[in-house]
Amino acid sequence: MAKEFSTASERLLKKSNRAALKMEMRGKSIVLISAILIIAATISITIFLGTKGLQSFLVNGINAVEFLTGTVWDMGKDGGNGPSYGALPFIFGSFAVTFLSALIAAPLGIGGAIFMTEIAPSWGRKILQPVIELLVGIPSVVYGFIGLTVLVPFVRNHVGGQGFSLLSGMIVLSVMILPTVTSIATDTLRSLPGGLRESSYALGATRWQTIYRVLVPAALPGLLTAIVLGMARAFGEALAVQMVIGNTKELPSSLLDSAGTLTTIITLNMGHTTYGSVENNALWSLALILLIMSFIFILIIRYLSSRRQYR
Amino acid sequence: MNSRVANKIATGVFTAIAAIIIFVLVGLLSYILYRGFGKLTLDFLTSPSSDFQAGGGIGNQLFNSFYILLITMMIAVPLGLGGGIYMAEYAKPGKITDFIRSCIEVLASLPSIVIGMFGMLIFVNLTGWGYTIFSGALALTIFNLPVLVRVCEDAIRSVPRDQKEASLALGITHWHTIKTVLIPSAFPTILTGVILASGRVFGEAAALLFTAGLTTPRLDFSNWNPFDETSPLNIFRPAETLAVHIWKVNTQGLIPDVQEVADGSSAVLILSVLLFNLLARWIGSLVHKKLTAAK
Repeated sequence: MAKEFSTASERLLKKSNRAALKMEMRGKSIVLISAILIIAATISITIFLGTKGLQSFLVNGINAVEFLTGTVWDMGKDGGNGPSYGALPFIFGSFAVTFLSALIAAPLGIGGAIFMTEIAPSWGRKILQPVIELLVGIPSVVYGFIGLTVLVPFVRNHVGGQGFSLLSGMIVLSVMILPTVTSIATDTLRSLPGGLRESSYALGATRWQTIYRVLVPAALPGLLTAIVLGMARAFGEALAVQMVIGNTKELPSSLLDSAGTLTTIITLNMGHTTYGSVENNALWSLALILLIMSFIFILIIRYLSSRRQYR
Repeated sequence: MNSRVANKIATGVFTAIAAIIIFVLVGLLSYILYRGFGKLTLDFLTSPSSDFQAGGGIGNQLFNSFYILLITMMIAVPLGLGGGIYMAEYAKPGKITDFIRSCIEVLASLPSIVIGMFGMLIFVNLTGWGYTIFSGALALTIFNLPVLVRVCEDAIRSVPRDQKEASLALGITHWHTIKTVLIPSAFPTILTGVILASGRVFGEAAALLFTAGLTTPRLDFSNWNPFDETSPLNIFRPAETLAVHIWKVNTQGLIPDVQEVADGSSAVLILSVLLFNLLARWIGSLVHKKLTAAK
């Protein structure tokens, strides 16, 4: 008779009251539902954007190659040659502002991180850390607004052109992604084993030699991750860029030219086009490009983190 | 020595970079606050905005921002907490857990405008609600969920193992342990994270353009019946938030005092975000003192 339950835990479970077990099951199912919702949201976003984004090619018969390489984006409302959907100017604009802003933000962000970890760890951390956290918190529309009221007139008066330009967009974005780059670069540098530094100093290397011969190479995958995450943020930013870049549909020929990006054309036209129409579907295809790009950024980050030596 | 000179130059360059970063933030903040401070009158903060004439306020927008934030958090915090508990306590290492992590990563890296478009597709068009506060809150929930899941998971994981094991050793079930031991001791960290996330939601605009809309109907602030058309509490009405308002007046504004309204709104937005940030820090340090018994 006593052989009915083999292990102590089973006996305990049998004896403990059934209400507690029921609670256990209920609790577990609540958290399971939350987890399932996260999966469901991700999958449904991918599926819905995928099907909506492909409609312009499958239903409306837009040629995918022409879509990606064409330079004329025209709804065909003003007469002329009829509608043409060439998204190259926007794709180019998105990549241009992303790379250009990374070009500014990467040295500044990594430099700031090195300052915080290597040069002035005590007060650098006390001052720069809160500064970075506050910069992260500033909403993107505020960046756009300052860009519009300060940067655009400044560029117009002192550099040239209209002011609404690739240059303005790139500066606004670089300030926006600076905190992202800095904080991740700081984490990476801090996670390096202290022995690296000490052995370099013990060999008589100066601080600069230690930084660029030892620390930066050792932290390189992490630093690149910081830059890629910053670029991912820049690529998807909509309103701040839209307010300063000038929103043209032509390919820019210089930094001072107005331009457009994938996000700006979506922001501007999504509300004005009829749901299900060709031009609306073309905008969804642009959104699909944004989605695919964020998958690509994730893949790059995964690749980089697999190459990290120190965690 | 050559390397010494190089070292000095490098130190100078890095210090200059740090100075630039600090200068940018101080410049941004002081510019916004200096420009906006004079506009922060009670009248500006409470009167409704106007579409064409000068002298409109931001009363409705301010209310909408806080209201959408509240609704979003009411949906997102339980979900985030549930997801965090699952990841910290129930998830076993394996393919499914890896997949959930990838999903969180994807959600976190989606551009907010894409989330806004998805929100428009599902919560505005498919449901037939049109632009509503509720659609906006659901879109913001998706936007916010990955952050909250991470915050909750980290908070629960950082509870000392002994506490959990002591509770389990007393024969208390896993769920009861989570409820009575883990969540209470992780609560302060979770709260700090939620407040910081609130600051992010408060300033978000791109995800709301196509979900909560660009307009606010006439609101009657004496009508508190949440099912009434003109009631501010009605969650099935369009609502323009403060961040969206700043974007709208700057890009398609018809009012003559765009500059003033935008100055004031930006200052309010920045002050709110600063407030969220300080609150989070204050709670964080308070808890740190309590837990470490340091004076």
